[in-house]
Amino acid sequence: MISLSINGKTVQLSATPDTPLLWALRDELGYTGTKFGCGISVCGACTVHVDGKPIRACVTTIEAVAGKQVTTIEAMDANRIGQALQAAWIRNDVPQCGYCQSGQIMSAAALLAQNPKPNDTDIDEAMRRTLCRCGTYNRIRAAIKDAAATLGA
Amino acid sequence: MSTNAFTTRRDFLKGSAAATGALVIGFTLPVSSRFAQAAAAAMPGQATGFAPNAFLRIAPDGQVTVICGLSEMGQGVHMGIASLVAEELDADWKSVKLEQAPVDKAYNNPLFGMQATGGSTAIRGHYEPMRMAGAAAREMLVAAAAGKWGVDAAACRTQEGRVMGPDGKSAGYGELVAAASKLPVPQNPSLKDPRDFRILGKGLTRIDTPAKVDGSAGFGIDVQLPGLLTAVMVHAPVPGATIVSVDDAAAKAIPGVKQVVQIPQGVAVLAEGYWIALKGRDALVVKWDDGPLGSLSSADISKLLHEATKKPGAVARNEGDVSVAVAKTVEAVYEAPYLAHACMEPMNCTAWVSAGKAEVWAPTQAPGPNQGIVAQLTGLPPEKVQVHTTYLGGGFGRRFAPDFIIASTLISKAAGVPVKLVYTREDDMRAWFYRPASVTRFTAGLDAAGNPVSLTARVASPALSIAAGFTKELPKGVDEFAIEGIGDMLYAFPNLRVEYAQAEPGVPLWFWRSVGHSQNVYFIEAFIDEVAAAAGKDPVEFRRSLLSKQPRLRGVLDLAAQKAGWGSPLPQGVHRGVAITNCFGSFVAQVAEVSMDASGKPRVHRIVAAVDCGRTVNPDVIHRQVEGAIVYGLSAALHEKITFQNGRVEQSNFNDYPMLRMDEMPRVEVHIVPSTEAPGGIGEPGLPPATPAVVNAIFAATGKRVRTLPI
Repeated sequence: MISLSINGKTVQLSATPDTPLLWALRDELGYTGTKFGCGISVCGACTVHVDGKPIRACVTTIEAVAGKQVTTIEAMDANRIGQALQAAWIRNDVPQCGYCQSGQIMSAAALLAQNPKPNDTDIDEAMRRTLCRCGTYNRIRAAIKDAAATLGA
Repeated sequence: MSTNAFTTRRDFLKGSAAATGALVIGFTLPVSSRFAQAAAAAMPGQATGFAPNAFLRIAPDGQVTVICGLSEMGQGVHMGIASLVAEELDADWKSVKLEQAPVDKAYNNPLFGMQATGGSTAIRGHYEPMRMAGAAAREMLVAAAAGKWGVDAAACRTQEGRVMGPDGKSAGYGELVAAASKLPVPQNPSLKDPRDFRILGKGLTRIDTPAKVDGSAGFGIDVQLPGLLTAVMVHAPVPGATIVSVDDAAAKAIPGVKQVVQIPQGVAVLAEGYWIALKGRDALVVKWDDGPLGSLSSADISKLLHEATKKPGAVARNEGDVSVAVAKTVEAVYEAPYLAHACMEPMNCTAWVSAGKAEVWAPTQAPGPNQGIVAQLTGLPPEKVQVHTTYLGGGFGRRFAPDFIIASTLISKAAGVPVKLVYTREDDMRAWFYRPASVTRFTAGLDAAGNPVSLTARVASPALSIAAGFTKELPKGVDEFAIEGIGDMLYAFPNLRVEYAQAEPGVPLWFWRSVGHSQNVYFIEAFIDEVAAAAGKDPVEFRRSLLSKQPRLRGVLDLAAQKAGWGSPLPQGVHRGVAITNCFGSFVAQVAEVSMDASGKPRVHRIVAAVDCGRTVNPDVIHRQVEGAIVYGLSAALHEKITFQNGRVEQSNFNDYPMLRMDEMPRVEVHIVPSTEAPGGIGEPGLPPATPAVVNAIFAATGKRVRTLPI
């Protein structure tokens, strides 16, 4: 059994140690907000935070995160940055199909934690690894700036 | 899908006014006791809910639920349908929620004759029916209030979920539902004058947004059921390949693998969860007989299409005489590749086939037809098949296809348990549902003064209408999807001929956002730019001169040119290109601003779009659909192609099928032409002009024409 903390709650996982965190979250624990897009760490749909850092859950085994603090989209309303981002996402009406948006918000939250006032280049660098097929990039950019502004206010 | 559905769509495109009229005439409000029961079931102990028709119900607490049979794939259709009903109902927008409909004839898309979403039809097909549904309920609520107060209904008005009567009388809709539900449903409710709209035409925020920012939105892949097993499949590597042998010993030896199931489409490994199922799938040894397509190669396909343009084709359009003498000739050949849809949510479906009943939970654009398909596969009557439509993680036409529903149904039937079939990204990329490749040969003739005299276009492409099963034989030898965008273009050439040369490499085909326009508008708009250059004319002025009888198309061209500052100075190295289209009942023009980097790669800085899509239901949704369509088109133009070698698809995932990313995203401006015309489609028309606008800007920057994609 591998033990880790998900959104502040300690859980024991029965999955084999080589199981990607993505599938343990989705299939064993029912945290389906984290999405499967590519399975090879190139689309960012599965982005979660491990000890505050953004990682790709599709290629991160549960063994590698044993004992660590995992945060998913389901807990983003529990911290200041997450709340600001979710509110800005709603104000800017960012999502279309919405499938990539958990990963977008997790990537954006990691950016704002590091850099409270990102410029366009910072946003490009932080967000370019998270794909959106519906074309919401400009709204994502606007919403990140909007959230940054509310956090700085 | 049936030929009839195809005809319906085409007929509509030929005359939107006539079709809209037919809709109104043909429309009846289905009063279904089943929906009244559903309404009652949803409100235990309060059997007084009001469900006047299949599209809405009102609870005694005033909660309005709009029931939508269309699939939400990001285009905002839930918002659109809810706002149409709410407008005429005069609902309090804050009290409106949306529920996804089951499969029922009541929810057939009037433009398809079946319950399905696509072809940019949602608003065009439902603009009046949904308003009538709301208006009928509103009249009943007014009648109920008038009856209660003993006043004339004409003395009452409605506002934000309340009926107001004389002498300050007022009642919330919730208070009136018991009385209203005893009244007859008006068959011909009167609709508002659009000048009185207070929801439609405003930019209200979407109702599905909150669930899409906290991870709670339910996509197909998120479906959970007791006893559910996840299936991952070995799919046929080549279309038409057949299984020679299966060795599943290694797969079955993996702890957690529950079953291995063989179906005609492949072999599935079932386990509790995706990871074990994937490991099991990867441990299967399946030998295939490739069949006739085992030697398919992109080089051969390209050659086949190019050769086909060198011989006369079936005549799709012929006006005047293109053999007329000209002073100058312009010739060019354009080519576009096969493309994948690459929805962010890989194809998946949960199916549960049990004794006497089947249920599927699917992110599908076509719940109606799939009910029939599942019934056929299981031998059950359609009424014993329930199709639950989830949110779709992207659609773009791909989710009109039934492959994932068929496979999951067959697997569940064989396994006897509920099964969630999930395609890996590689399975999804290699599922053989591609936008057709196409090659078009153009010849244009100019007179001595540079006036356009003639245009000949010969399109060589496989026939999507045959591949998709709409027809077995092409009417007059022409596949309408292969030529749309060229065959129906509005430029006034005195002599014009469009031919179609059917060429069938054998690759299965499917509908891809904006279908034939996706390549044909690139072809024609890039070529028109070549003709303008040969005539020594400005690209905007040249187009205007050929559109004197097309006020709507010329209107968007003028607006885009004006907003983009066409002709005004640009920063060093930045150049403009323009392109236009008319499709799905709407008109779009785009101006792209592009520069070339040191390595010769284009950088798209800004796209200015002008759109005339008739009356607007939600301008914010229009902005987003146009911007999203531009991204989808630009992504293909810059990066995407599906190629084949030895019958195999060479691409596998987003690493070798790259898509547009944040750092390549141009600024996008969308300007809407105010209009009182019938609504046009908006999910697709923004796509076709993006590519030609960019390649025309590349010509302006470099003097080189881009005649093959990706750039």
